Amino acid sequence: MTDSAATDTAVVRSTTEKGPRVWQGLLIAAVLLAVGQALLPPGLIRPPDWAILPFADWINAAFYYAQNELGLMQVTRAFAGGVEWSLDVTGNLLYGRNRWPRIGPIPWSTVAVTAGMLGYALGGWRLAALAGGTFVWIAVMGQWRWSMETFSVIVVAAPVSVFIGLCMGTLAWRSKTAERIINPILNIAQSLPHFAYMIPVVVFIGLGPKAGAVVTIIFSVPPMIRMTLLGLRKVPEEVVEAGKMSGATRWQLLTRVRLPTARTEILIGVNQVIMQCLAMVVLASFIGMPGLGQRLLQLLQALRIGPSVEIGITIVLLAVTLDRLSRAWAMRQPAHPEPGESWASRNRLWLIWAGLVAAAFGLAQLVPYFHEDERSQALSIAPPIDAGVNWFIGFVSPVTDWIRRVLVVWVLIPFRDAILWLPYTTVLAAVAALGWAVGGWRSALVCVGFILPIALSGWWDRAMITVYTVLAAVTLAGIIGFPLGIWGAGTGRRAAVVRLVCETMQTFPRFIYMIPVVMLFGVSDVAVLAAVMVFATVPIVRYTIEGLDSVPPETVEAAEMSGATRRQVLGNVRLPLAMPTILVGFNQSIMFALFMVIIAAFIGTQDLGQEMQRALSATDVGKGLVLGLAVAFLGLMADHLLMRWAERLRQAQRL
Amino acid sequence: MQRHAKLLIGAAAVALTAAQGHAQDSSDPIIIPTHNWSSQIVMSHVVGNIFEDMGMSVEFISADSQAVYEAIRLGDVTLGLEVWEGAFGASFSAALEKGGILDVATHDAITREDWWYPMWTKEACPGLPDWEALNACAEIFATPETGDRGRFLGGPVDWLKNDQQRVDALGMNFTVVNAGSAAALWAELAAAERDSTPIVLFNWTPNFAEAVWPGEFVEFPAWEEGCDKDPALGPNPDATYDCGNPADGYLKIAAWDGMPEKWPTAFAVLERINFSNPQIAEMAKLVDIDGLDPEDAALAWLEANEDTWRPWVE
Repeated sequence: MTDSAATDTAVVRSTTEKGPRVWQGLLIAAVLLAVGQALLPPGLIRPPDWAILPFADWINAAFYYAQNELGLMQVTRAFAGGVEWSLDVTGNLLYGRNRWPRIGPIPWSTVAVTAGMLGYALGGWRLAALAGGTFVWIAVMGQWRWSMETFSVIVVAAPVSVFIGLCMGTLAWRSKTAERIINPILNIAQSLPHFAYMIPVVVFIGLGPKAGAVVTIIFSVPPMIRMTLLGLRKVPEEVVEAGKMSGATRWQLLTRVRLPTARTEILIGVNQVIMQCLAMVVLASFIGMPGLGQRLLQLLQALRIGPSVEIGITIVLLAVTLDRLSRAWAMRQPAHPEPGESWASRNRLWLIWAGLVAAAFGLAQLVPYFHEDERSQALSIAPPIDAGVNWFIGFVSPVTDWIRRVLVVWVLIPFRDAILWLPYTTVLAAVAALGWAVGGWRSALVCVGFILPIALSGWWDRAMITVYTVLAAVTLAGIIGFPLGIWGAGTGRRAAVVRLVCETMQTFPRFIYMIPVVMLFGVSDVAVLAAVMVFATVPIVRYTIEGLDSVPPETVEAAEMSGATRRQVLGNVRLPLAMPTILVGFNQSIMFALFMVIIAAFIGTQDLGQEMQRALSATDVGKGLVLGLAVAFLGLMADHLLMRWAERLRQAQRL
Repeated sequence: MQRHAKLLIGAAAVALTAAQGHAQDSSDPIIIPTHNWSSQIVMSHVVGNIFEDMGMSVEFISADSQAVYEAIRLGDVTLGLEVWEGAFGASFSAALEKGGILDVATHDAITREDWWYPMWTKEACPGLPDWEALNACAEIFATPETGDRGRFLGGPVDWLKNDQQRVDALGMNFTVVNAGSAAALWAELAAAERDSTPIVLFNWTPNFAEAVWPGEFVEFPAWEEGCDKDPALGPNPDATYDCGNPADGYLKIAAWDGMPEKWPTAFAVLERINFSNPQIAEMAKLVDIDGLDPEDAALAWLEANEDTWRPWVE
């Protein structure tokens, strides 16, 4: 996403010499346009009708053509058929769906034993307890079938995604042209809201588990491509030379030398794929993914918070387990057996596993509970959770009414009205000025290039409401997250606690937050803001800790020796040095806020997300993609500005 | 036209049966969509269980309740058991026009969707359920967002309820705020229950909420056919939508038009299936109040109501 350092220094120089005048000029123009808007023709306040381009109709026409004339539908449906066949197999094995090979379901006790054993092999007892314990929790809480429904999809989607990612990553590494095509697509794909993907999937694939699998694949593939490319690039030339000298062909060089050397990056890619798959569990159930997500939405619809929190805990546990397992796998160096070792000692763990599985299987045959437990045998922690949530809401609700009134009347409504009052030309000029200030005329062009299509799409007001929500949420997130990060960076123990809380909040299904938030603040902008803020705070906290902790200790010591107080060290040394990293945190925060604001449409908003929801239920591909791209462009513009700024700060630090 | 087509298909099915002796139902699974409200899920499992009893293979998939009609048309999904006039009438009619979907039967149950309030609201505004009385106490429904005007909490915008038009047409002192999901509606209602805050919101029947929060619909000028198109109808001669929603909307069963051929016996049963309001409310209650899982609720319902469903099968 950033260009080479050489152009950056050039940019820094140009902005320090003659740049200021240009960007200040643009800023003054922006202010003049806003203040003097009474004198402006209406075409400069809101884009005139003739300038609005029917992007949605064009996209729909293209899709119609691809679907009916090109026969793409046959191709996608054939692919979906393959996916469906695999889903039938995993569905049968994991939860006994009535399909070939008709031997399932596998007893839960054997799965739990296998998970525990895998944990032990990869990371010792602690990981064994985590992995085994997670599956025991699922079974004991009576969520086995739901989890296996979810799993049956992930087990298919993740490998397909890894395979596609490897191929595309290799392609991008091999050919410059391919990289040039793939890179911008990845940038947009990673900032496109989830719902925008779903509408074309419904059109081309239909509804059901297969659609859930396909949307999960699409969503999880980009990080795999990026990590493969990164890994292949980092392979040292000497290793490749060695391969060449031993007479390897190009194919052998790739599969035997380059890919194994890039192992760690590729496995981190696999880890990312798994995490993305889990992130889609709930959202994909909007188009038919079965299992935990679907149950969660049903329970929330009936306002049953306790049982939905149980499901949320399961999803977090699964995410943490799979994350730790795949990371342990990535960090493990391949073992090379001693030549003299016997077969049994080389395969000791396999043998133990086989024994345990046989025992669990036998137990399952004797005691049906260990095969499939009935929902009626499930434990539940729902009543205490419900009581806790009730108590909490009762406890804080006197304050929340007051907060809601103050925020809405004195802060949010004036802020929103102010943003909507601005002519679009002001916003364009201001964006150009910001771009110029951080990166010269090229950045100014890039930023205008992102925001102009939004003006021309006809969704300007909606997009500005999205901008308003995101700005408000990120500001509040900064006010809370920044001090929290500074506090957390104090000691290693605090940092660990804060990181754990952050991770849990991030993987906890977002839909669950919405209910208490609405109970506290009603269907209002404050509720939306609160829900968005929860997510937007996490990256700020994380990166603040990250940035402060990575300041070299020698620098801090030097400052202390020259007599600086703790406050001075923080304010004059550590924070400025950590600033580039903290900016990355803000950048992530904006991305998270943009994703969340779209989902917050389920609370009730009037922004792009609300229209997106409408497009989803009307399966309007064109409208959905236009709205999705508007969101993506906002995100990419923010990304460009902040990354450029961070780069400039780093540059300045190096000088 | 529809009836005609159905007759034709029926005749064709009879002819097929006659030609082949006993037509066999396909062993492919009948795909039943489940949506995100409990009565529909339970009803789907009830019908699914009946089909399974008949030896058929059944599968459930969760699907968006608007997008499902397109899926039925394409045969990706076999049938739909709760086609609400108010909520899905438009999508259903559009699908009927495109072809590929059958209007199989109409339940006895009538559906109503309109402005609604829980009983505690009546204490603060005794003139209810009359809409003019509601308008007179608009200020007790005010929120920070709406200033002095009352707030009506509407359903998600994609439910297309024209509440704003009604407020304008009847000159009401209300602002419409749209919740983004049914869950948000219930969360607000539950929060209002804590301190008996007056609230008026969108609700419908049959629905589990009736059992949790007793309440009433606001009585607007009665719906007349064409009230949404002809300004002359209703109290305001210059505006459309100056009336309530129909108080007796239909609840229909829809199916893919390939179903009668592929699963003739199942289709014959489907044509006889018919649920009433109390039965649907009971299904919702089993899940939302008693806390059963939908699958277990369906079994419980089948066990308790054998007299109802046995005749459909025989």
